Amino acid sequence: MKGAPMQKSVNLRSFLTASWLGWQIESNWTDPFLFATYSIIKPVAGAAILVLMYSIVTQGNFDSPVFAYLYLGNAFYQYVPAVLTGVSWTIIDDREHYRTLKYIYTAPVNIPFYLFGRAVAKFIVGTFGVVITIAAGVLFLNVPLDWSRVDWPLFLVALFLGVLMLALSGLILAGITLMTARHSYYIGDVVAGGLFLFTGAIFPLEVLPNWLRPIGYLLPITYWLELIRRSLVGAVAEAFPTFTALSNGDLLLILAASSLVFGIASIFIFRYCDHQARERGLIDQTTNY
Amino acid sequence: MSLFPPIEKKRSGWQLFLMTVVGRSYPRVVGMQRERSWMFFDVFLPLLSVAAYVFVYRAIGAPEDYVGFVVVGGAMTAFWMNVLWSMSSQLYWEKEQGNLALYIISPAPMMAILLGMAVGGLFATLLRAIAIIAVGSLIFNVTYAVSSFWQLIAVFSLSMVALYGLGMMSASIFLLLSREAWHLANLAMEPVYLVSGMYFPVKNLGFWAAAAASVIPLTLGLDAMRQLVFASGPTLGFLSVETEIGILVILSVTFVTAARYLLAYVERLAVREGRLTENRR
Repeated sequence: MKGAPMQKSVNLRSFLTASWLGWQIESNWTDPFLFATYSIIKPVAGAAILVLMYSIVTQGNFDSPVFAYLYLGNAFYQYVPAVLTGVSWTIIDDREHYRTLKYIYTAPVNIPFYLFGRAVAKFIVGTFGVVITIAAGVLFLNVPLDWSRVDWPLFLVALFLGVLMLALSGLILAGITLMTARHSYYIGDVVAGGLFLFTGAIFPLEVLPNWLRPIGYLLPITYWLELIRRSLVGAVAEAFPTFTALSNGDLLLILAASSLVFGIASIFIFRYCDHQARERGLIDQTTNY
Repeated sequence: MSLFPPIEKKRSGWQLFLMTVVGRSYPRVVGMQRERSWMFFDVFLPLLSVAAYVFVYRAIGAPEDYVGFVVVGGAMTAFWMNVLWSMSSQLYWEKEQGNLALYIISPAPMMAILLGMAVGGLFATLLRAIAIIAVGSLIFNVTYAVSSFWQLIAVFSLSMVALYGLGMMSASIFLLLSREAWHLANLAMEPVYLVSGMYFPVKNLGFWAAAAASVIPLTLGLDAMRQLVFASGPTLGFLSVETEIGILVILSVTFVTAARYLLAYVERLAVREGRLTENRR
């Protein structure tokens, strides 16, 4: 019975220490001002591309629900590459760049919790980007966000479930990364880039050809983004027919169920990959592409 | 017994320069063919981004030529990525891996090494860009109306010379950097896509913003190419094609010349400060 509290403390300690370490790695290469600027420029530029594209074609009609739809979807989608890459890239970073993964493995550390902790820094930086993007949209582009009408409980529950689902998906990618060489691309960014097209982040799923839409319906991120939009700007979300048949409760249930499925799958897949990596002696491999 | 045959004739001068260019470009081209998964991801990923932006245009009812703008812009991002990650930050990676000191102590000229990286990278990226344009055009039914084939070749060639010249120039600056190099390269993606009008006509940024963005050769190159290959291109162009060709010539000469002098200067500086072999992780 004495093992349980000790296990808890190992998990928590792994998570907290990795969070601190991740933050140091992400931020200590420069001074705080430059780091803040760096963290803001990328997401703002990404959003500005969409804003300009929209503005050129619609002659600056920012009051249309389509604009709020794509703007908010794009803003919150920043969490997807941040969390997926945050969890999965740690394997490459520690194994090939710092070459410390074998030492982490030999320390009293819970590896999945360590990986989640390392993603916290990217989550925080991603949050900067989301907040700045939304603030710019509200202040300068008429994004109809009325703070008094935001469904905060729904927003917070959806955000928590979504980030949890993304972290668990990242664990699957981390498992795959354990068994693969270092390549010129980030597996998290690859997956996030691929899903961007199918999740209705910047256009309603109805715009996709019929044969591609089912992919979007299978992805939990689609439901997560819809819940986020409904909680922030309910009227805008209702203007699109994709999920009108589903209530907020239905969407939450789908998101929770899919997070559970991802959670169970991620544990088994990561354990399998971890075992294979140990069997094949891949924990300290250096591929150095 | 030696693994390599004895060197019977030592090259020097332009022969050494040429051999170095060929030698450094070889792994760029061959490496790409050996790691087939990279070919898939290098073509497939940009296509997904292109598709996402195409569907945005379709969702807001944009004219069909804008779909073509996105396809061509998406193909050109491959060159920017190549310059950024395989040119600008290359000497930094070489330093991290310990190869840079070997380059310096060999008789091969550094300029030839950079040129070899550029030539090999350009060739490999060209194949990917062609694949992106071909597949993107087929999927989204893009129609082209080429007004001058020769001007198109001139614009593309000059854009590439200026772009890879910029890459060679920035490679020498990156040589002095450590971890900042990765972050700087990472930072130069979305903001450059924005200011160089990868997915929309750069004219819409306004004259002065577009003029400032013209320092990046892709801005004018892409604008001129769109004017030359799309029916509505000339009405949406920033400057006339002839003017843009003239500016691209100036940029090409400036960047390649600056690369030569900057490389020599930074190499001397790095040697003096002992930064060629440092490895600050």
